[in-house]
Amino acid sequence: MKKKTLALTMAMALVLSLAACGNSNADVATESTAAATTEAATEAATTEAATEASTEAAEAVADEKSEGVMTYEEYMAADLDSEVVIEAYVQAKQSWWEDKATLYTQDQDGAYFIYNAACSEEDYAKLVPGTKIKVTGYKTEWSGEVEIAEGATFEIEEGSYIAPVTDVTDLLGTDDLINYQNQFVAFKGMTVEAAGQDADGNDVAFLYNWDGSGEDGNDLYFNVSLNGQTYTFTVESYLCDNTTDVYNAVKNLKIGDTVDMEGFLYWYEGVNPHITSVTVK
Amino acid sequence: MSQFSKKLALVCALGTLSLSLTGCHGSKGLPEFTVPEEFDTSRNYEITFWAKNDTNKTQTEIYKKAIADFEALYPNITVNLNLYTDYGKIYNDVITNISTNTTPNVCITYPDHIATYLTGQNTVVPLDDLFADEKYGLGGTELAYDGPAREEVIPQFLNECSIDGHYYAVPYMRSTEACYVNKTYVENLGYTLPDVLTWDFIWEVSEAATAQNADGTYVINGQNVLIPFIYKSTDNMMIQMLKQKNAGYSTADGSIELFNDTTTDLLYGIAGHVKSGAFSTFKISGYPANFLNAGQCIFAIDSTAGATWMGTDAPLSDISEDSLVQFETAVRMIPQFDPEHPEMISQGPSVCVFNKSDSQEVLASWLFAQYLLTNDVQIAYSETEGYVPVTSKAQNSAEYQEYLSECGADNGTHYAVKIEASKLLLDHVDNTFVTPVFNGSASLRDASGQLIENVVKSTRRKETVDDAYMQKLYSDVESLYRLGQGSDASFGKKELGAMPRTSVILLSTLAVTWVLILLYVGREYLKNRKK
Repeated sequence: MKKKTLALTMAMALVLSLAACGNSNADVATESTAAATTEAATEAATTEAATEASTEAAEAVADEKSEGVMTYEEYMAADLDSEVVIEAYVQAKQSWWEDKATLYTQDQDGAYFIYNAACSEEDYAKLVPGTKIKVTGYKTEWSGEVEIAEGATFEIEEGSYIAPVTDVTDLLGTDDLINYQNQFVAFKGMTVEAAGQDADGNDVAFLYNWDGSGEDGNDLYFNVSLNGQTYTFTVESYLCDNTTDVYNAVKNLKIGDTVDMEGFLYWYEGVNPHITSVTVK
Repeated sequence: MSQFSKKLALVCALGTLSLSLTGCHGSKGLPEFTVPEEFDTSRNYEITFWAKNDTNKTQTEIYKKAIADFEALYPNITVNLNLYTDYGKIYNDVITNISTNTTPNVCITYPDHIATYLTGQNTVVPLDDLFADEKYGLGGTELAYDGPAREEVIPQFLNECSIDGHYYAVPYMRSTEACYVNKTYVENLGYTLPDVLTWDFIWEVSEAATAQNADGTYVINGQNVLIPFIYKSTDNMMIQMLKQKNAGYSTADGSIELFNDTTTDLLYGIAGHVKSGAFSTFKISGYPANFLNAGQCIFAIDSTAGATWMGTDAPLSDISEDSLVQFETAVRMIPQFDPEHPEMISQGPSVCVFNKSDSQEVLASWLFAQYLLTNDVQIAYSETEGYVPVTSKAQNSAEYQEYLSECGADNGTHYAVKIEASKLLLDHVDNTFVTPVFNGSASLRDASGQLIENVVKSTRRKETVDDAYMQKLYSDVESLYRLGQGSDASFGKKELGAMPRTSVILLSTLAVTWVLILLYVGREYLKNRKK
């Protein structure tokens, strides 16, 4: 009996000690947000959906602004660092990170880039292309890009609109191009030029990062020319990651290819389109 | 059961119990690493290296060359490189991978970040024993390369990698911040640029530069845009200002002192200069280098590791040729409150080694980490930017001295602004400081920058910045970064509180078991004696 008791007690000790050893790394402190890793880097599917939809005739929507909401014209006239309230329709989602969403939005008159708006992951999932949102925030400019600054809030409203693509090829190199900033635009009949050189000194059609310092998964940079002028275009890896058609299409470009492209007219110290589709002619 | 069987059963039971106890030690993570006697070269090892580059192709190539050279020396070790351009991303990815035991083997990181990694048990390898190992330690006899001895690692830089009395990293590169100045504009405004800038001087010149013509253009540059003073890293700005003022930031054991009267005074001062248009930040307006090179900024403060972007002749530039403005670029240490006793931050990447269940794999990782301190890697990487090598062996080498002596010989490798930025740190190592490292120090750093960013933003938006604003700001930032909410669990003198109930039950059960075992053994002994 006593031996049994001893054996039982020891067995219990063993079980308890093992149980206590469980949950091996559960108490790793994370002063940063674990959620950061969900960084919904790319919304390839939604971006592509927006691209496809935009090639169709735009849905005719009466774009009446709600009470207290600015028209696009009023938004553009507003001072930098002033509060703005706009209504627009999501065209593409660039990223979600630590409860902040970056969005390309547009109405029938112009586009609004919304940087790091306060957004839960749940709400982010609701922002499919076409979704109407009312955004309250501050207008700002960062390296030439006019945007609604970090910290804006939004609410989802009834309504849907996919902006048609606007061909701005002829505006490249002109002062008028900036009037289309952040809009969904097309460039047609451009020629792929060398973006740089590889380790062996051979010309290449694209680079990972602006100088080739990156690797697969990073932003792609490529040069295209028209009428003797060369422009640098980008596949922004958060907007279109390395699983998307456009990312792989750019990786397959050859110098001398003639291409049609679509994307968002982003600005960084000059025009820096974020391309979402490329078609080799 | 025979007497032998009983004893055998007892020994087995005791053995099982002992194993169960030792099994607990380390089961909340990995077992403690011990340095193997010999490196087993009969086996192959595949290790991962998470590295950070400054979006700089040359740096990427140097990493790749270092790996190829190392693999040639150790054909049984394969190093897989994973590149990042952001320390924060590395940090987040490591945190995520700790919970799944899929951390990299070797990782470029900051000591602030390591302090958080250490909250996982035995996650990061303490390097003290590895440093001292005769065969494989710093300058060890069995190394296949000529690495630095312990005393050849610059002590200030090495000490930055010490946390709670142990070394958890080796420094890889070091930099500080510099003020890149449009000297031409300073002189055109009627000022003489001093050797050591003061905050008063910078604010005065910046205010003078805000004068505008009737058409709204700025007198000094004739352009529509001018931000006289732009700071890239506002966390460094606040940290260095507080240090120079000898004001509180944090204690060594993690007590938060950031929210104090000096901080408030500094924020009010900054707000005033934002209001007049004299000051802005990278986050609010853009890269200081772009404004500087376009003649739209006079004082641009950024890392010395950003020197290749600074100045009319900078080898790297994000702005178009036609936006570049010709001016003379001067490099100065960051502004000081007491120019006789300058203080500047020491920063830059360090390298840590993550623990694994296979100590041979860890040793292979250490061999690679240590290889990054060899002259070939140190000198080549430091020349890519305004970094300095972290070993005296590299700093004193003929190759590196020749590099420094050719300052300004060309606008590439010997770009004057870059080498002057490096010299700034080389000449002032004794004037550098680092902030205390503890679990939560990374958040505190972010919070210190956030205070400035919020004040700048609010001032630009014409919000009222007064005492009520400051109170709310402190409360919001403290809450946002969860300061003082137990994130300092690993270090300091925090009370751990009562022992968990399950632990009490377990320990009590074990105690009872041992008592019973001893009683049993004692009784058997007495029985045998009577016989």
